[in-house]
Amino acid sequence: MATDVDIAEAQLSHKRWLTAPALLCITLFGMVPLITVMSYSLMQPSEYGGVVPKFSPDAYISLLFQRDVFDDALTFSPDYLIIFARTVAFGAATTLLCLLIGFPTAYFMATRSPDTRNRWVLLITIPFWSNLLVRTIAIMFIIRDEGLINMIMLSLDLINAPVGIIFTDFAIVLGLIYSFLPFMILPIYAALEKVDFRLAEAGFDLYASRFQVLWRIIIPLAMPGIITGCVLVFIPTFGAYVTPLLLGGGRHMMIGDLIALQFGSSRNWPLGSAFATVLMGFVLLALYIQARKAMGVSHG
Amino acid sequence: MAKAFTHGTADVKKQPGFAVIAAICIAVLYLPLMIIATYSFNAASNIGAAWKGFTIDWYASALQNREFYDAAILSIGLAFAAMVISTVLATAAALGTTRGKRWRGQTAAFVTLTTPLVIPEIVTGISLLAFFAAVAALIDINFGLGKLLIAHVTFCIPFAYLPIKARLEGMDETLENAAADLYATRWQTFRYVTLPLVVPGISSGAALAFIVSFDDFTITQLIAGPGETTLPLYIYTRIRRALTPEINAMCTLLLMISFIFIILSFAISKRRSQ
Repeated sequence: MATDVDIAEAQLSHKRWLTAPALLCITLFGMVPLITVMSYSLMQPSEYGGVVPKFSPDAYISLLFQRDVFDDALTFSPDYLIIFARTVAFGAATTLLCLLIGFPTAYFMATRSPDTRNRWVLLITIPFWSNLLVRTIAIMFIIRDEGLINMIMLSLDLINAPVGIIFTDFAIVLGLIYSFLPFMILPIYAALEKVDFRLAEAGFDLYASRFQVLWRIIIPLAMPGIITGCVLVFIPTFGAYVTPLLLGGGRHMMIGDLIALQFGSSRNWPLGSAFATVLMGFVLLALYIQARKAMGVSHG
Repeated sequence: MAKAFTHGTADVKKQPGFAVIAAICIAVLYLPLMIIATYSFNAASNIGAAWKGFTIDWYASALQNREFYDAAILSIGLAFAAMVISTVLATAAALGTTRGKRWRGQTAAFVTLTTPLVIPEIVTGISLLAFFAAVAALIDINFGLGKLLIAHVTFCIPFAYLPIKARLEGMDETLENAAADLYATRWQTFRYVTLPLVVPGISSGAALAFIVSFDDFTITQLIAGPGETTLPLYIYTRIRRALTPEINAMCTLLLMISFIFIILSFAISKRRSQ
């Protein structure tokens, strides 16, 4: 017995140092760069990209206002606000639609036999880990003007000219749903798998309808999974870059493209950093809400 | 018992229409990939054209393409290096954050280790871009491919860490105590007891780290210097020019590599639970 305690003590004193290399790596190459960007958002842009290390709140001011070249007057300019609003709207639409498709799928999976369940999880997991760029190209291949959908409709004489699907808002949301659907299904499935279906049986015994059982018993029990799924879909759609880049064709920008643009051809790093800082703010807010809700649900 | 229960209440679980939605869901997830894979064997040289017969010419021309080949070698090498380094770091970190007494700051360490998962890729990308630019301005140093390796290792750590941690948490600690009771040194206990038991977690985490690195586009695109073209970057530059059947073949090959690693990771982690 004494040996056990000694070993535990010995392990304790060394154990924490094992995390040091990984923590150092993430702090140095994850946290420090993030702080760098946040501080860049308060500096002045340099002409060839990069920043001039002088304090300036201009980046944040230009999120909402445009400075007149001649008299320095600020006028309200909603251009960036519109891109933010579009991003939130796309994120919300994607999350909602993923939930509407994802919940029934997760429910169907969770009510199969254990072997079938595992096969379904694998089926959902494969796209989850597959190359996002390739998956987006696959969507592009189908919906572009010379793509499969238009080709089929043209050959069936349903339409005379190709319907423009690609480079629309619809195309972006479609691409986002396709990209992030597994993020919704898997957490809901994990929650539903643990649900005790005798509760549903009890509900039926008490003359609840099928919908009532689902709405009043199953969904509340699956709530932590539903919230996690929504956050896991919303966060990446919010920072989406590849999807709007390929399917939006530059005309329907989201914050992700806007940030990349500032660090690329626009060469305004402080502005890009300000966007990134605001984006991170939204992400942290979403995570905070999730943590609060998930805790509230599990206690309630 | 559990099985009998499942059968007895099959009707209780049924919700009308859910099976249809699940079927649609699978179709939505797989049809685009199947279509692109099918068309990679289409003999027609125009990408949108109707089916003109089976060919593997596009694969032959993709594999003979020097740029594609170089990009593939770079991607595989980078993913392999990132996998090895991140798995080693993640294994040590997992050993430090599981079992035994909790230490002060352990929760903070866990949160830090998993932060790369919640930061949008675009933010990680521009952060690293700004960071490397700042470092280059301070000290005259040319990271070259090191930049990509550092970035990939950093975002691969949580993917490797989580399966290893899960595996360690499910492990019976008394085995290690038994080894220690039998006068095994701490190293022997680790080498002959702990390590063999954690191997499934490590392999599963390593496979995930490989895929995540191999597939990365956003972060790599932002920080890669000239000539540092990974496979996803190469495919992106190609589709910006034109969609050709050769790209279908390249995309299919890329998917195949991901599939192999996903199934590998899945099979390993399933075996451990049986």
